[in-house]
Amino acid sequence: MNLIFKDKKISGILSVIPENEVKFDDEIENYNFAKKKSLKLKKLMGYDRHRIAKEGTCVSDLCIYGLDYLFDKGLLNKEEIDALILITQTPDYFIPPTSNIIQGKLGLKQDIMCVDINQGCAGYLIGLMQAFDLLEHESIRKVVLINSDILSKKISNKDRNMYPLIGDAAAITIVERNKVKSNIYANLKMDGSRSNALIIPAGGLKTPSTIETAQLEMDEDGNYRSKDNLKMDGQEVFNFVLVDVPPLIDSLLGFAGTTKDSVDYFMFHQPNKFMLKKLADKMKVSYEKMPNNIVENFGNSSGATIPVNITFNLGTKLLEKSYTTCLAGFGAGLTCSSMLLTIGGLDFCEIIEF
Amino acid sequence: MKKIINILEEIRPDIDFKRSTDFIDNGILDSLDIVALVSDLEEVYSILIDGTDIIPENFNSLEAIKKLVVGYGEAI
Repeated sequence: MNLIFKDKKISGILSVIPENEVKFDDEIENYNFAKKKSLKLKKLMGYDRHRIAKEGTCVSDLCIYGLDYLFDKGLLNKEEIDALILITQTPDYFIPPTSNIIQGKLGLKQDIMCVDINQGCAGYLIGLMQAFDLLEHESIRKVVLINSDILSKKISNKDRNMYPLIGDAAAITIVERNKVKSNIYANLKMDGSRSNALIIPAGGLKTPSTIETAQLEMDEDGNYRSKDNLKMDGQEVFNFVLVDVPPLIDSLLGFAGTTKDSVDYFMFHQPNKFMLKKLADKMKVSYEKMPNNIVENFGNSSGATIPVNITFNLGTKLLEKSYTTCLAGFGAGLTCSSMLLTIGGLDFCEIIEF
Repeated sequence: MKKIINILEEIRPDIDFKRSTDFIDNGILDSLDIVALVSDLEEVYSILIDGTDIIPENFNSLEAIKKLVVGYGEAI
């Protein structure tokens, strides 16, 4: 599905990461690995350090902290927020929506649209598309898009395939109408037939959590996880990314009437270093144009990795200059999406610690 | 083939790869072993293995791995 969004822009991005940093070397004993193998995988996969929210921290805490920072700095005004979109797979509760909780705790105006969307690694793009659509309405002038997950609490810390990669974060993106005529191109693809490739089997109504679902079990790779924990079919997801994403990008660029050489940066979701390097090799894009360093610095924070990637690798460059940027997110669903837009002249683009 | 066996024995020193079969199907190599194996094959043979070739069938036996490497123009 090809989409064009007209005259919209991102005007600021703030990433919020937990101050608690945990090093892979300190967690090696948790995994069923020989130490030599652990150290080799550290280099290949990009395990090094990740940010893990302290016990008791919820998504709303990270979001409120970030929004309060913007209010205090005069970078955002409470009264200006016409819509709050929260993309999360780890809400504070099933009911009420976490976006409503944020609205209430911050005392935002009641004349506002608040919506939670359950999306994962493609969630930044899905959220941007929703924001662009809302801005078509005359009464909606400023949308706050937040991507936030605390997946560390839903992944077994004895799962060597997943736990070393994961990180917690929130990212707040301000989306507005652009006075300069512009086109943003996007596409997306959904394959629910492979939805089991990334799944938390228990905890929803299909299989409620019980004492039994909380028991750790060993899988064929020697990982320990319970049915209440996130499980990933690594092979399926790897194939999905390497097979489905390159043609998606080619299709996007063809739709936009441009080429890879015209793109300044490919700011992609960050599953792990190995996968991203293989993707860059396949697309014949340099590692400089497609950064792959977010897992080793912060961990994979699902839908927040793209804005964390932008704030970490581009940062203040985006205050003064603009860049033709290709975004791509791929993951739970299975969902993949890409977007071509100009990002720059931002009011803010930074990372703060919670 | 000796180089391939050496690489495999580095990854799993506890396995006799000359006598083993169905490395993936029998759980001898897991997904992260494949990551390490791909990296070592690339380094030893100076090849770049396409991500779409990183599938279980290409790593399930010594013959399959040899065929993969030869497919990238390298002599074993």
